Amino acid sequence: MTIDLTRMRQGERGKVVDIQGGWGLLRKMETLGIKQGTEIVKVSSQLMRGPITIRVGNTQVAIGFGMARRIMVEHKK
Amino acid sequence: MRKVLLMGNPNVGKSVVFSRLTGVNVISSNYPGTTVEFSKGYMRIGNEKVEVIDVPGTYSLEPTSKAEQIAVKILQDSIASQNGIVVNIVDGTNLERNLNLTLQLLKRNIPVIVDLNFWDETKHLGVSINVGELEKILNVSVVPTCAVSGEGIKELVDRLLEAKAMTYDYPEEEKWHEIGKIIERVQKVRHRHHTFLERLADASIRPLTGIPIALGVVYIAFKLIRFIGEGLIGYVFEPIFEKLWAPLMMNLSSILGSGGFIHDILIGKLFAGKIEFFESFGILTTGLFVPFAAVLPYVFAFYLVLSFFEDSGYLPRLGVLADKMMHQVGLHGLGIISMLLGLGCNVPGALATRVMETERERFISATLMAIAVPCIAQIAMIVGLVGKYGAKALMLVFGTLFLVWIVIGLLMNRLLKGESPEIFVEIPPYRIPYFGALAKKLWMRVKGFLKEAIPFMLLGVFIVNILYSLGIIDFLSKLAGPVIKNILGLPSGAVASLLVGFLRKDVAIGMLVPLGLTLKQLVIASVVLAMYFPCAATFAVLVKELGVRDMAKSAVIMIFSAILVGGLLNLIL
Repeated sequence: MTIDLTRMRQGERGKVVDIQGGWGLLRKMETLGIKQGTEIVKVSSQLMRGPITIRVGNTQVAIGFGMARRIMVEHKK
Repeated sequence: MRKVLLMGNPNVGKSVVFSRLTGVNVISSNYPGTTVEFSKGYMRIGNEKVEVIDVPGTYSLEPTSKAEQIAVKILQDSIASQNGIVVNIVDGTNLERNLNLTLQLLKRNIPVIVDLNFWDETKHLGVSINVGELEKILNVSVVPTCAVSGEGIKELVDRLLEAKAMTYDYPEEEKWHEIGKIIERVQKVRHRHHTFLERLADASIRPLTGIPIALGVVYIAFKLIRFIGEGLIGYVFEPIFEKLWAPLMMNLSSILGSGGFIHDILIGKLFAGKIEFFESFGILTTGLFVPFAAVLPYVFAFYLVLSFFEDSGYLPRLGVLADKMMHQVGLHGLGIISMLLGLGCNVPGALATRVMETERERFISATLMAIAVPCIAQIAMIVGLVGKYGAKALMLVFGTLFLVWIVIGLLMNRLLKGESPEIFVEIPPYRIPYFGALAKKLWMRVKGFLKEAIPFMLLGVFIVNILYSLGIIDFLSKLAGPVIKNILGLPSGAVASLLVGFLRKDVAIGMLVPLGLTLKQLVIASVVLAMYFPCAATFAVLVKELGVRDMAKSAVIMIFSAILVGGLLNLIL
């Protein structure tokens, strides 16, 4: 099932299938290793639409809510 | 002279490698964006002296912030003058992502050598990298290092001249596919269990556990700073001044005839025949007591605690937790780091705004800090002065400043055009601070304070004495007195303090002592002194960072809000 990053639950794994944005956003995500096919784990989300933290490889990345909503993830139960 | 550029992603340890290579100490911490300005040093390769440049971290060669622009500019200059070598420092625990910059560098026709840093951590993480294979693929030398402990640095130096310009050819749109292929060939990852630090990392970024942890951390940090600061003052510095220095100065005083111009400049006024270190205002009495016995202990305590948290990797996590709050004032969570640095000294705080992406954020952040974030020297003096009246009195001063920070932030966020971007940041793993590095950093900061602050403080005390004896302060007090009296409710003598505040705020607060102010007046004077204008050093940096126009705008906000808040306090209290 494909959902955006904000809808994933804490601790769930998934694979990025699409980033809905222009070249700028894609490039920005890419610098921290987030791109189509990247395996991620959702670590946390802050209250009231705060930033989402995910694990990518050996690092964690915090992503603002607005941006996180544009990252589509195929998530595994 | 040939140049060696240390380049790599943020937080891969460039500054640590720099210190190792050149012996020049620079601040390094465990969060992306510590280095915002390039530092230069020198080293020898054989008989040749070369210049080493610690370049701010960058994820790619298409800059998105001022700090990244600086990085790309340095690289371009070096390519143009054809005398540069790039040491591409790579985080071995995140090879895939880091190779993106490596491949971009290899396209630029400049000699490159790769430093595979955090080599020890890759082992703990179960990542094994085939260095020989990586060298073969990239066709440049690859040297594994652990810069913090110094492992591998010698080999890096020995092999520096192996750096060569290579073109690693691949179609741009196939970049990640290409990197993926490299990774597949050189890297193996073993499964392993989560460590305690990793579980702590997760807990401190989940709101349910993270918010209580953050509150606890802030509380402990605060208590620790007070405990160490007060302890050093009460048990070390005050006794030294009272028991050892005071008798010496009394001797000098009687040699000088207990009065006269020279006496007043060196020793200052005597109270009932005795020196009062807070009030006498001579260069050798108050001029030394304020920096060493009142301010230095807090500078030491503050930077000890801050340095620990910087190196542990906690600060970006605090930024993520505070993100929502920071957005209310037009910044994102990481803005909290420049504010924390500003609590130490506004100068590095202002420089740290360079990692922000937009002019708007830089303006808001610099203005908010200059108005409502007093530096530790100022805080120490306020604690010394107002603290006598208890914690409530201190709450009044710092509570007011916090409120001002929020209100002015909300207003700027509303009124300034544009929007502030969302947070997007790498959260580094927790690392146990390395004692040697921590001690070195603390010493650098304390030394920095002694070197920068003490001449200014002595100068401040000297100027005050000269201005007093020439009658200039009396004249200005009469001129500005009515405004200060009627709006702020302060005696006209406070003008002198406001004047010195342009130079050094701590000395300015010290100058309030002889005025015999009431608690209400002390609170107002402390708040107004913190807000009305930055000290000379901060002002100079702000003009450079914001430009003259924006600095003028910022100054108008400062002066206007200081008078308004001071006037309000005068009415309410």
